[in-house]
Amino acid sequence: MSRIGVFVCHCGLNIAKTVRVSELAQFAATLPDVVVAKDYKFMCSTPGQEMIANDIKQHKLDRIIVTACSPLMHEQTFRKVLAASGLNQYLLTIVNIREQVSWVTHDIEEGTAKAKALLNGAVYRARLLAPLTSRVIDVNPDVMVIGAGIAGIQAALELANTGKKVYLVEKNSTIGGHMAQFDKTFPTLDCSACILTPKMDSILQHKNITMLTSCEVSEVKGFVGNFDITIRQKARYVDHGKCNACLACTEKCPGKGVSEWDEGLVKRKAIYIPFPQAVPQKPVIDRDSCTFFKKGKCRLCEKVCEQKAIDFDQQDTFIQVKAGAVILATGYDLMDTKPLIQYGYGKYPGVYNALEVERLFNSAGPTGGKVTMRDGREPQAIAVLHCIGSRDKNNSEHCSRVCCMYSLKFAHLFKEKTSADVYQFYIDMRAAGKGYEEFYNRIIGEDVKFIRGKGARVAQSPDEEGRLIVEAEDTITGKFIKVPVDMVVLSPAMVPRADSRDIARLFNLSTDKQGFFMERHPKLAPLSTMSEGIFIAGVCQSPKDIPDTVAQANGAAAEALTIVVKDKMELEATTAMVNPASCCACQNCVRVCPYGAPFFNESKGVSEINEALCKGCGLCASVCPSSAIIARHFTNDQVLAEMEGLMEF
Amino acid sequence: MSFEPKILGIACNWCTYTGADLAGTTRLEYPQNLRVVRVMCSSRINPSFIFRAFQLGADGVLVGGCHPGDCHYNTGNLYARRRLAVTRKILEFAGIEPGRFRVEWISASEGNKFAEVVTEFTRQIKNLGPQNKFKISQ
Ligand SMILES: Cc1cc2nc3c(=O)[nH]c(=O)nc-3n(C[C@H](O)[C@H](O)[C@H](O)COP(=O)(O)OP(=O)(O)OC[C@H]3O[C@@H](n4cnc5c(N)ncnc54)[C@H](O)[C@@H]3O)c2cc1C
Ligand code: SF4
Ligand code: SF4
Ligand code: SF4
Ligand code: FES
Repeated sequence: MSRIGVFVCHCGLNIAKTVRVSELAQFAATLPDVVVAKDYKFMCSTPGQEMIANDIKQHKLDRIIVTACSPLMHEQTFRKVLAASGLNQYLLTIVNIREQVSWVTHDIEEGTAKAKALLNGAVYRARLLAPLTSRVIDVNPDVMVIGAGIAGIQAALELANTGKKVYLVEKNSTIGGHMAQFDKTFPTLDCSACILTPKMDSILQHKNITMLTSCEVSEVKGFVGNFDITIRQKARYVDHGKCNACLACTEKCPGKGVSEWDEGLVKRKAIYIPFPQAVPQKPVIDRDSCTFFKKGKCRLCEKVCEQKAIDFDQQDTFIQVKAGAVILATGYDLMDTKPLIQYGYGKYPGVYNALEVERLFNSAGPTGGKVTMRDGREPQAIAVLHCIGSRDKNNSEHCSRVCCMYSLKFAHLFKEKTSADVYQFYIDMRAAGKGYEEFYNRIIGEDVKFIRGKGARVAQSPDEEGRLIVEAEDTITGKFIKVPVDMVVLSPAMVPRADSRDIARLFNLSTDKQGFFMERHPKLAPLSTMSEGIFIAGVCQSPKDIPDTVAQANGAAAEALTIVVKDKMELEATTAMVNPASCCACQNCVRVCPYGAPFFNESKGVSEINEALCKGCGLCASVCPSSAIIARHFTNDQVLAEMEGLMEF
Repeated sequence: MSFEPKILGIACNWCTYTGADLAGTTRLEYPQNLRVVRVMCSSRINPSFIFRAFQLGADGVLVGGCHPGDCHYNTGNLYARRRLAVTRKILEFAGIEPGRFRVEWISASEGNKFAEVVTEFTRQIKNLGPQNKFKISQ
């Protein structure tokens, strides 16, 4: 016989509105083994928790059922109450009558009936629960940060400054991310390089940071506290240990490739650094544009390199890294606007995307900071088209949040650098950040023409060659307009990296509808994920500006620190074990386990489970033909009893 | 009174249960006939759970897991998928209408899919009427 206490929460009116909570408590009191049943306004508040703690003592309760919100919200909160009252924390059961009852119905009869059934199931289950002991493991003190844009850079520096060792993994041959492509940043218009390059340099200099460029994660093993990660480093064909960054090689190289960094606007050498302030300053060879790799002859770089750093035989290498926690900061791509043929991107040379324009403004960019078009002309009229692909049910439903602001930034820079007329075609002006409305007002004062209406089409002018016509409906006057311009700038949706789903798979994350990484809770755990020990920061979570990205990076660093600051941590006790008396030695469990936890003990003739490796999925328990495996906390008896309770009402 | 079926749901913690929570957080309404058991992974589901549910009087059983390939335990639901396909065959063989058993892959971000599936499945079970084939009367 157990002694069960049932605590029904009103959650203000969140639950009480569609579930009769006091009736539910009275109902609970009639169920087997229930000794006390109470309802209370906010069970998770201090008085609510104290009530449970007192009742545990007063009524000598040995099972607690909290009938409230989702276990994913407050299971940990109430487990602590049990532990503090001397009761094993696994003797808690949560009944989810908020997310899965009161919030999904309007009908108080239906809500109350369903809540009763769920509670009955919980009582049946609770009676069969057993106390469990959490496992304590050693924690690896290092952190891995993946992606070295401003988010990753900030998080790495923050952690390294606390004395922790950080591995910063970057896919590109330089760190910096998108911010390093910009000339100025809204709303303050401070120079991007001036605030970013010192940080990039600190990454290089910091004794606690290992920077791994041209690297990607290829395999992830282990779990929170003990990740075991394999990194693939792409062959650079330059030995960075020997290279002294003189860059003599890049001058002599005859190879020509398309500069990814300059968004394809110009060519670069085959041996190159992406931009003058790149970190590291050491070049890489791009196989596809290298004359030697293509034709078997050249090796000019090798001839001029006094350090003998060129190594055409270099291979991809694999690096093994252990870490206690991981921060993902892989950022975003711009949507490919070619499929939106109405805008003529890729067809008319006068149509640009936003990142290309950032490079035109940049003094280290393809035009040295001058606004000249592909044909060399300076534009006389420019249209900036907001919301291309964003806020568009056929493409990306989300608002990309920064496009209004950078489009205004473009207007300012166009005005500063050219004498062109500048038009903004927008649906709504979203200027909700600090200093944003002020920035908007400033740009209004700069003789920029605002047209409230989404650009619908870009066409070639029938009269003048090279002129483009932007068509739109001006929603203020209700008229269709056609504006002739020389240059069109598309502000496309920010979308997840092309490989974001692969990364999500590697780290066991969920992605949202668009493919951005999902947070554990949209409000209370925006930087954590469903995979413990994996955190997210920056635009890989959703579009945002640099200030928000930096704030998230600091937050993610602090979250990662809460794990690696301790040398030991507790893991869920909900692992599987084999009852040797029933095991028939079929070894099904050994074959199916995704983590190789079960092994066959030859001398005993039965299988056993290595608890350190088991993650508690329960797969083995359901393939064991002799029911020899006990999936702790989800045993056959517990699950079947709960089902019985659920089906009774 | 119209027939109100009892539907047993078994949902994995990481995807479908979280998706169900999201349906609640976004206040999507769906019929209240479903009662969900939470397990860590759909691979925990032993076919006997499904048979037992019908014995206990379930008019329908809905299993929910992560999309194949997205299981929190890597390959867990790939095993579940195959095992549940066999379970369906056995149920059919035993004379349970195939429409009473459904497996859906619903991710943590698919609150709307969860609500849609529950709504649609409930309607389907209502049309099928009470399940008495397996039910053991208490
Ligand atoms: C045109 C434009 C102008 C903008 N102007 C401004 C502005 O003026 N002010 C402002 O506040 N915000 C601006 N923004 C927003 C700003 O770009 C972002 O807030 C910021 O760059 C986000 O940084 P991040 O580190 O999250 O992502 P990113 O800058 O995208 O960095 C991610 C890094 O991760 C690396 N990476 C990606 N995948 C992997 C992988 N699998 N493995 C390893 N590494 C990987 C990438 O190579 C990159 O270095 C602008 C955005 C656009 C599109
Ligand atoms: S010439 Fe040699 S040392 Fe100089 S940058 Fe090139 S690879 Fe490095
Ligand atoms: S599946 Fe069960 S019976 Fe077979 S070896 Fe594993 S524990 Fe033993
Ligand atoms: S519960 Fe899952 S992880 Fe643990 S031994 Fe069984 S199959 Fe492996
Ligand atoms: S965790 Fe969802 S199916 Fe395995």
